[in-house]
Amino acid sequence: MNFSFDRAVLAVLATTSLSFAGAVSAQEITGAGATFPAPIYAKWASDYYKATGVKVNYQSIGSGGGIKQIDSKTVDFGASDMPLTDEVLKTKGQMQFPTVLGGVVPVINVKGIEPGQLKLTGQLLGDIFLGKVSRWNDPAIKALNPSLPLPDAAIAQVRRADGSGTTFIFTNYLSKVNAEWKSKVGEGTAVNWPAGAGGKGNEGVAAFVGRLPNSMGYVEYSYVKQNKLNYAVMQNSAGNFVKPEDDSFKAAAAGADWSKTFYQILTNQPGKDAWPISGATFILMHTKQDKPASATEALKFFGWAYKNGDQAAAALDYVPMPDSVVAAIEKSWGEIKDPAGKAVSFK
Amino acid sequence: MSSTLTRGASPSNSHAISSARAMTKLPPSKRPRTGPMVDRIFGWAAKGAALLTLGLLVAILTSLTISAWPAISKYGLSFLTNSTWDPVQEEFGGLVMIYGTVFTSLIALLIAVPVSFGIALFLTELSPAWLRRPLGTAVELLAAVPSIVYGMWGLLVFGPVLATYVQQPLQALFADVPYLGTFVSGPPVGIGILSAGIILAIMIIPFISAVMRDVFEVTPPLLKESAYGLGATTWEVVSKVVLPYTKTGVIGGIMLGLGRAIGETMAVTFVIGNFNQLDSVSLFQAANSITSALANEFAEAGEGLHQASLMYLGLVLFFITFVILSLSKVLLLRLRKGEGEKT
Repeated sequence: MNFSFDRAVLAVLATTSLSFAGAVSAQEITGAGATFPAPIYAKWASDYYKATGVKVNYQSIGSGGGIKQIDSKTVDFGASDMPLTDEVLKTKGQMQFPTVLGGVVPVINVKGIEPGQLKLTGQLLGDIFLGKVSRWNDPAIKALNPSLPLPDAAIAQVRRADGSGTTFIFTNYLSKVNAEWKSKVGEGTAVNWPAGAGGKGNEGVAAFVGRLPNSMGYVEYSYVKQNKLNYAVMQNSAGNFVKPEDDSFKAAAAGADWSKTFYQILTNQPGKDAWPISGATFILMHTKQDKPASATEALKFFGWAYKNGDQAAAALDYVPMPDSVVAAIEKSWGEIKDPAGKAVSFK
Repeated sequence: MSSTLTRGASPSNSHAISSARAMTKLPPSKRPRTGPMVDRIFGWAAKGAALLTLGLLVAILTSLTISAWPAISKYGLSFLTNSTWDPVQEEFGGLVMIYGTVFTSLIALLIAVPVSFGIALFLTELSPAWLRRPLGTAVELLAAVPSIVYGMWGLLVFGPVLATYVQQPLQALFADVPYLGTFVSGPPVGIGILSAGIILAIMIIPFISAVMRDVFEVTPPLLKESAYGLGATTWEVVSKVVLPYTKTGVIGGIMLGLGRAIGETMAVTFVIGNFNQLDSVSLFQAANSITSALANEFAEAGEGLHQASLMYLGLVLFFITFVILSLSKVLLLRLRKGEGEKT
């Protein structure tokens, strides 16, 4: 009995050491971070693997996690929905560039109101999430929507329970357009919500809004399309009411000046067609690379994605970066250096 | 065996002798004998495994305290009584989550203990024999359902039912009653403390009832039959014979359930509403629990106070579990004292 037990232990030890030896492979790029762009990164990765045979392993662990992972250099690139300021990047020795655009959209569930009928301003949206405007037939909502059948019911606010780049974009916008929001709540990936229930992830918020009558929440644009949610139109900084769609997100990106810094938060951008709650998602990389070969591979992947990935992005309801921005991004890659101080190649 | 038989001895005698011989001389075996070395190694390994558990516990506690230290040194014990949780202003207090964890678990126990007791009682005393196995298996299968499934079910199916058929009628009924009215105020949307408590109850019923059934089954039939013979009713047998005999196991089962309820994360996060304000004691109010806050905020919490405060919450959870465990031990000790020391 004891004898065979010893043997079994030996066998187990032998197999585990074998499997450890097999874990390292050559051509693989690893990245980690934001969950919002995870579907498109996965699609790009599988297309890229088919085209080149290089594997890209992306773990969607959240923007905060992505920042931690790239700081500790356990991954080749990090991903964050929230851009880092130039000063922070400098102290960390990192650089960032945007990959795709998206928008955050207020979604509602009210009987008798069709998608795109409800009109909202930033000020009003802030008041609703502050709990100040708490009923659907509030005069403030009525004044903007005189012809809609607004019910005499409480607004059930729904927001993200988990820390999220979506929340950052949303609260950043509200801080820009609603002074009380700015002083009471502020902006961040997680904030001290004064009202409402929290759902986990975009899908959690979408499920809540879909299920709760008279509710209002906010989700990423792709979830609006996939779940056929009822959305509101927003007044932008030019005073126009715009629909959330690819063109209005692109208009928001076009209004920003990408030439000096990629630290661009695309909320409340000028432009007559710009969707006011837009944002880009970012990739973080170290400017000084210990392993220039894997940096080259990572940059090659993103270069390929900017060139060939637009269709895949559009199919998944992401908005690709405008060409002028892509040119600026590829120029910025010159900052990424190998230990000898030479720019790593990405061609 | 026959070789060790002493000639002329009676069978019962010979048995005693042979077993005495067996102590000094092992019966011949086909397998090679393991040396004392292997025995000693096994002893060390067993001891090591036990010590490792203890070491891990200490290591976890230490690392948790170290990572929570910024929050502990800044807030001290006021963390436990402060209900503000504001990641933007970097002000953190754990009262909302502690309240949510304690209250949802309490509701879960209030529902689960009587139901589990009923299940166990039915399965051991009342059920016809053919129903016992399928019913017992069905209850145990409930324990195998992944917790996220309970969460989804709670959010999408149970929540609306609770809102329409329980919360709204209750609100209409108690609207003008003082005290009771405040317990049922708030938006009747089917998420909050009450729904989290009920989902937790459903999740821990299989654990508690399985343990209760097992310990009820080991009650010696002799005791039960004697009680029945003296004319006791089924209830008298259960309350005066079975329960006193099995109380350690019963309390152990309840504690197991409570431990699971306190630590449950995914199911709770779906139905509790994740709301970090404590402005009403209503059972319908959305709230938060320690585990749910950890699961939701940890991935995006930046270095510094936010993360440290989450770690502090983890430490508090550790402490709550420890207190509950100690309380149950004390309870058992008091019970034993109450009836005089047994051997």
